[in-house]
Amino acid sequence: MHFAFTEDQLLFQGAVRDLLAKEFPAGELRAVWSGGPRSSGPWAHLAEMGVPGLVVPSDHGGLGLDEVDLVLLLEETGRVALAEPVVETAAVAARILPDVAAGETMVAIGLDPAGPCGPYVAFADIADVLVLQAGDELHAVPSGDVALVAQPCVDGVRRIFSVSWTPSALTRLEVPPGAAAAAFDRGAWGTAAQLLGVADRMIEMTADYAREREQFGKPIGSFQAVKHLLADALLKLDFARPVVYRAAWSVARVADAGDIELRARDVSMAKAYASEAAVRAARVALQVHGAIGYTWEHDLHLWMKRAWVLAGAWGDARWHRERVAGWLLGPPPAPAVS
Amino acid sequence: MDLTETGDEEAFRSEAREWLAAHVPASPLASFDTADGFEQHRAWEATLYEGRWSAVSWPAEYGGRGANYIKWLIFEEEYYRAGAPGRVNQNGVFLLGPTIMEVGTDEQKARFLPRMASGKDIWCQGWSEPNAGSDLASIRSRAVLADDGNSWVINGQKTWCSRGAFADWLFGMFRTDPGAERHRGLTFILVPLDTPGVTVRPIAQLDGETGFAEVFFEDAVVSAENTLGEVNQGWRVAMATAGFERGVSLRSPARFVQTAERLVGLFARSDGRLRDEVTAAWMDAEGYRLHTYMTVSRLLDGGTIGAEASLNKIFWSEMDVRMHETALQLLGDQALLVPGAPDAVDDARWLDGYLFSLSGPIYAGTNEIQRNVIADRVLNLPRGT
Repeated sequence: MHFAFTEDQLLFQGAVRDLLAKEFPAGELRAVWSGGPRSSGPWAHLAEMGVPGLVVPSDHGGLGLDEVDLVLLLEETGRVALAEPVVETAAVAARILPDVAAGETMVAIGLDPAGPCGPYVAFADIADVLVLQAGDELHAVPSGDVALVAQPCVDGVRRIFSVSWTPSALTRLEVPPGAAAAAFDRGAWGTAAQLLGVADRMIEMTADYAREREQFGKPIGSFQAVKHLLADALLKLDFARPVVYRAAWSVARVADAGDIELRARDVSMAKAYASEAAVRAARVALQVHGAIGYTWEHDLHLWMKRAWVLAGAWGDARWHRERVAGWLLGPPPAPAVS
Repeated sequence: MDLTETGDEEAFRSEAREWLAAHVPASPLASFDTADGFEQHRAWEATLYEGRWSAVSWPAEYGGRGANYIKWLIFEEEYYRAGAPGRVNQNGVFLLGPTIMEVGTDEQKARFLPRMASGKDIWCQGWSEPNAGSDLASIRSRAVLADDGNSWVINGQKTWCSRGAFADWLFGMFRTDPGAERHRGLTFILVPLDTPGVTVRPIAQLDGETGFAEVFFEDAVVSAENTLGEVNQGWRVAMATAGFERGVSLRSPARFVQTAERLVGLFARSDGRLRDEVTAAWMDAEGYRLHTYMTVSRLLDGGTIGAEASLNKIFWSEMDVRMHETALQLLGDQALLVPGAPDAVDDARWLDGYLFSLSGPIYAGTNEIQRNVIADRVLNLPRGT
């Protein structure tokens, strides 16, 4: 039993962190938000480092690593609020369309519209390929074969769309039974990993501000009321981390039906904890920033809104807590018939 | 990362499980906060010691097994699963013992550790004073070196000494240089509680039992050989203990996993209410377990535990309160029945646990102090003035 990352894994994380800090600073995020062109830089560099195809077997052009290697990198993409579908591509599509994910292709994912993912597909505008669910089937649909209706939402970068398309024998993927459920768990887990980074960045930003901003002649971070808000935000994040890392292990090591059940449980714990930690961090960050944090001009809202949308994506905390409850306590009691 | 147990770890788990199955008393011991119960628990410590299970993480020469932190967690899991008695010498084995190993002389190690591991000496803490609680550095109890340099003469008062009512020894900090800045000038001294001039007055707690005591010192003479670490370096010695206490050893995850499992059992026998709260309890206990395994893995890799230990302490103590609140809500009309009441469920164990859980956010540094520590030393916010 050893619950720690290797030196190589930590070095890879550091490299991705440095890359993204350089290639995707807050100014870039704001530019994309405002409808400016997306720089191809961040994604091209991530692809060069092998991140999208990290879990793709090496005979398909990937790095042949697994989700434990990937989790810290996804966390880093959350830290900069990356504007590309890295969870969808690296965490989900890489196990479904390995040949596609090992390159620079971007993939969007649209699972059962009636399920916890809901009806909208994120990144459908910039994806090259969409993996879409129809009943028990998964389909890979080129972006030219779908019709999109934008659903402008609070996050101006992670844009979401209603997608119209027609399943056909040509788009249908040959995948093992349970592939859609696995795709869902991978997406929820990958999003949880990103949420760690989003939360970490907001806490860091807020601690920086609390050291600088002075009132009553001293930094506001010297007041206990402010200290305790931030300590509580950090507490939630610190306890979400091991849960998300354990989920990476569970996702990577599914061998039988029992493992699938545990994967679902562990992913749900991760998504619930990470969603709650990020939403809490956002709330604390806004409160400590005060009015300046409430402005469009300040960067905080770019991360806060990402926290909200990722917390709601791939099943919100409530949905995932209920899934753990089902595993632990059995199905919920049937509603009383009046 | 490898979250499966090694063959060695599995063998250790089996050995612990078998030994515990053969030795754990069939019926619960009396509370260790009663005179009879205290001696029953002392005898249990001796039994553990004979099997070399009383201090598994200690080196073999002092009665341990040299088990690493992972094995220690495994032992704790088996210990709680077996329903074994509470550890009356927790203060000694898990707090003072490691500190003696770190800063004690060879003579002190030989003199104190085996007697501690075997339950011959049961230890209580002497930190707080009437005017030194959260502000621990304001300790006023004085220790003055006698003219011959061979003994301390102690005057003052300690309070809230857990297990103090029946313990044999006290460890704590005393002011030895009144002129120094307040964190300096303190010395860590080990005091036999039968020393003339030492008076122990038990204090009844919320449950009516004397879980702690106040201890008065009037010209109590203690050998200078009982100084732990250097004179006037007591704060540093104590912080080593406190970091370990908050960080890993004070509340092993197994305890909360067991509470959560009992709660699931209680839920199964009730009407389906509080499904979300019961699930949250289980998730939090599991989250704490994972967090602890990550912390000890870091320690095994050569890392350290510092101020982030405060995060642990807040998490487990507040989780413990929430779990017991949930249990009491599930028990409804029976929730507040005390032990011995005809309708009490499980002899009012949940109420007992609830009362105990309420002390968690207070002892070992209040959670408000812990939040300050996190803000100051993990988040690097400016100190308050």
